[in-house]
Amino acid sequence: MHIIVPIKQVPQSSDVKMDPVTGTMIRSARSSVLNPLDLYALEAALHLKDEHGAQVTVVTMGPPSAVQILKEALSMGADRAVHLTDRLFGGGDTYATSYVLSRAIEKIGSFDLVITGERATDGDTAQVGPGIASWLDLALATYVSAIEEVADGHLIAERLIEEGYQRVRVSLPALLTVVKEIAIPRLPTLRGKKRAMGKEIETWDAEAIAADRTKIGLKGSPTRVVQIETPKVARSALIYHADGDEATVQACDHLLDFLQERNLLAEVHHG
Amino acid sequence: MAEVWTIAEASGGTLKEVSFELLARGRSLADELGVPLASVVLTDEIEEAELQRLASYGADIIYAERDPRLAPFTVASHAAFLTALVTRHAPQIILAAATTSGRTLLPYLAVKLGCGLTADCTALAIEEGTGNLLQIRPAIGGNIMATIKSPDHRPQMATIRPRSTPLPSPDHARRATIIPIAVTDDFHDPVQVLSLRPFGDQSSSIENAAIVVSGGKGLKKRDNFTLIEDLAAALGGAVGASRDAVDRGWASYPHQVGLSGKTISPELYVAVGISGAIQHLAGIKTAKTIVAINRDSEANILALADIAIIGDLFAIIPVLLRRLEERRTIE
Ligand SMILES: Cc1cc2nc3c(=O)[nH]c(=O)nc-3n(C[C@H](O)[C@H](O)[C@H](O)COP(=O)(O)OP(=O)(O)OC[C@H]3O[C@@H](n4cnc5c(N)ncnc54)[C@H](O)[C@@H]3O)c2cc1C
Repeated sequence: MHIIVPIKQVPQSSDVKMDPVTGTMIRSARSSVLNPLDLYALEAALHLKDEHGAQVTVVTMGPPSAVQILKEALSMGADRAVHLTDRLFGGGDTYATSYVLSRAIEKIGSFDLVITGERATDGDTAQVGPGIASWLDLALATYVSAIEEVADGHLIAERLIEEGYQRVRVSLPALLTVVKEIAIPRLPTLRGKKRAMGKEIETWDAEAIAADRTKIGLKGSPTRVVQIETPKVARSALIYHADGDEATVQACDHLLDFLQERNLLAEVHHG
Repeated sequence: MAEVWTIAEASGGTLKEVSFELLARGRSLADELGVPLASVVLTDEIEEAELQRLASYGADIIYAERDPRLAPFTVASHAAFLTALVTRHAPQIILAAATTSGRTLLPYLAVKLGCGLTADCTALAIEEGTGNLLQIRPAIGGNIMATIKSPDHRPQMATIRPRSTPLPSPDHARRATIIPIAVTDDFHDPVQVLSLRPFGDQSSSIENAAIVVSGGKGLKKRDNFTLIEDLAAALGGAVGASRDAVDRGWASYPHQVGLSGKTISPELYVAVGISGAIQHLAGIKTAKTIVAINRDSEANILALADIAIIGDLFAIIPVLLRRLEERRTIE
């Protein structure tokens, strides 16, 4: 089995704090990391590799610094890494990005599964996974929380949707986008890191993947960002201190009055 | 006069509320552009009277297809019908819900149609002069708001967060023309739905709940989490949790709110014993009213809260439950 995992480099979110006064984002160290939600996709692939024996290829489109996340993926256990980098790719939206990734996946060659994270934590669109499936006409299952069975030509998976867990039978080749529940990501090991150092990372540009120039980068993107605003999200909270019994009762009453005023205390009927 | 479309969602013969929210958005866009508003319904079975509810919320035209292959939702089938329909009628705008189905279907469709798509919009407007759709959405965990347009591609497509649109009162006298889609194509969907294991209790459905009460590490142990369940029940809300609470097994993953869980926009969000890490806040930026109960007067959650009680949650929640009960018996 051959599994391809597209991954993305994103700004680190765990260093980000909210300024309590302005409500804007304070980024202490603007470092980049592997999209944390892609770790679940990678782990799902590595888990299948452990269970069934599989070849795992990771691919990313990004600036030269993105080799970092490919190395991380190799040290976790991926077998092959492809870096798509070209100035022509810059400024692509999800349409252009999913096109470039689909071209690369086609070039990487025969595969059974593509697994992606649910979304990237910077763009937050969740559109690239389904987009790749559409370019390549793959079976698509999103929000996958478990892979129950992989057999010849199909797999059985569970999807987390609004109503509950939905079991689906998916013909291969397929693309799955996965949620956190699917697996607990492993940490890179020292041995893995050593092994990764010995591995070559393949670098491909637009020409290498025979990309149609009208579909890549900013020029190939149907959407345009026309304005970016940093909204002030801070709300000045009314604060009540619950020190002691009496203050606690008063604080609770203030809260209930507040909720009532906003019509948030609808009558609840007990069954 | 290219139409504005909304993609309705239905299950078990009933339209979902989000279908009407989309029409409320679509109606104002269609009025501004002076074009008809249509709603597309792809499902297995649905009565005519139920379909006409779309008219009462603003639809002028209803494109309906009843086909056993269309329910439960699978992306290839829905995309096949929609691609044919879009090619036939060339709408200028398509709005869908940012639900698990909408967020699967629209990006798939956008590539098939070669047009732009903006995810998870919270506001829409028509640009003066050009008539382009301006799509406003939060990104980077809700820390920025981006305005996006697709000037050269039609249709312009967007998904809209459920619960981000107030519903107008329906006009039951309105009627729409129902047009069958009739796609004869014989196609095979590579995904087959086998079964659904519904959540044991409705309190798991946090994305549809008007009120969500969440507990975090401050609850200290699983047994104490019943305080959250009790408060949620008393307020008529669903139960949410921080990642720390989920990782400790106090609540299951479908309850998790935040960056690696769910993004929700309830009317009321109550955060109990939750510090308000940036990844948690990413999930609640668009909640209308936020209440914090925390013993730390410096907790990050206060930056987003409208009202907070500072103190020991184990002392506060029982009193809150009692005072709420008393208030209701007096009424
Ligand atoms: C990539 C990534 C993704 C993440 N995704 C998510 C996500 O989706 N959702 C999420 O929630 N987190 C997420 N996190 C984790 C996040 O960074 C925090 O670790 C987590 O939200 C903290 O949970 P908490 O608020 O319950 O716990 P803590 O931060 O430990 O806060 C506990 C709070 O309880 C209060 N408290 C304690 N005892 C009492 C008491 N007796 N009475 C009143 N108050 C009390 C404390 O003052 C404190 O504010 C993510 C992190 C990363 C790196």
